[in-house]
Amino acid sequence: MNSAFTVFMRYVARVEVGLKPGHSDPEGETTRDSLAEMNYAVESVKVGKVYELFVEASSLEEAEKMVDEMCRRLLANPVKDNYKVSIEESR
Amino acid sequence: MDRNNIKACIVRVGGTNCDAETKRSFEELGVKAEVRHLSEIAKSNNLLEFDILVFPGGFSFGDYVRAGAILAKSFSAKLNRRLKAFVEEGKPILGICNGFQVLVEAGLLPAFNGISKYPEAALATNLPIGFRCRWVYLKHENSGKCVFTKKIPKGKVLRMPIAHAEGRFMFPKDSEGSCLERLVDNDQLVFRYCDEQGRGAGGKYPYNPNGSFYGIAGICNPEGTVFGLMPHPERAFYGWQLPDWTKGEKPSEFVDGRLIFESVVEHVAAKL
Repeated sequence: MNSAFTVFMRYVARVEVGLKPGHSDPEGETTRDSLAEMNYAVESVKVGKVYELFVEASSLEEAEKMVDEMCRRLLANPVKDNYKVSIEESR
Repeated sequence: MDRNNIKACIVRVGGTNCDAETKRSFEELGVKAEVRHLSEIAKSNNLLEFDILVFPGGFSFGDYVRAGAILAKSFSAKLNRRLKAFVEEGKPILGICNGFQVLVEAGLLPAFNGISKYPEAALATNLPIGFRCRWVYLKHENSGKCVFTKKIPKGKVLRMPIAHAEGRFMFPKDSEGSCLERLVDNDQLVFRYCDEQGRGAGGKYPYNPNGSFYGIAGICNPEGTVFGLMPHPERAFYGWQLPDWTKGEKPSEFVDGRLIFESVVEHVAAKL
């Protein structure tokens, strides 16, 4: 690709990091217990984190690849976390 | 080598703690210890002038993202080649509490196949949930590989304090059996939580204070030179640091945590 003609687009990536299925979620359990005390019937609660990343990339594919790498290297610990990424163009 | 030629570097960033106790522990043994900010280490380019590197306890970078994750990536990004060289030269690295989390997040532990790009273990939220600040019993399980516990007989029960909210050691669920086997076969298992008699905690609180898999409290790398543990040996160095030191007989001058520092200092002194 001729870099002189590379157009960088802005993307916003929403990353949700949560525990893998089957992992204990003490924070979720505590939250559920508290909601139960307030008389809300909640079967279970899962706690996670949401990151919004504003990135520049030459294509959607490149942005996806980059964010996926960020998730595996920093935002999630693959031993216990799952992550979900949704990306769209941003203005 | 003369002990006062040995230099220990204790890493400081926003949120680290017990660096003063760690420094004093080394100094008590005649070693020069310096507390250095990460940026200072990176800028002065002198990591390899040190003989021992310590990631102390605390809440580095406010535990943002995950406990230890940011310091792990930041240290690796800034000092990548020098950190690798430090490990390859067999220079000891100690991670206490948050420092243990840093070493796991940095891929320096368990490092089954050398430093890993992604973490191979995790220190998850305590089970039962909560910040646990209490004294625990640890059983020494290492058969002689770990340079930080050479002076501790296998099977000895030690007493040290913990202070953390994310200390539940775990391997990937689908391979925890094989990882544990590997850990034991490589003599990388160092400390497990136990009761006062040294009987396994059996996953029961309070002896296992955080729900750690197999009661794991501390592990080392396959070479035995990188060691991380959740308990704080620097808070169990002098007899007067014990919670019950005023009870009964005159307390001993030094207690269990000293053995960790003494082991590594003796190892470095003999090697240099």
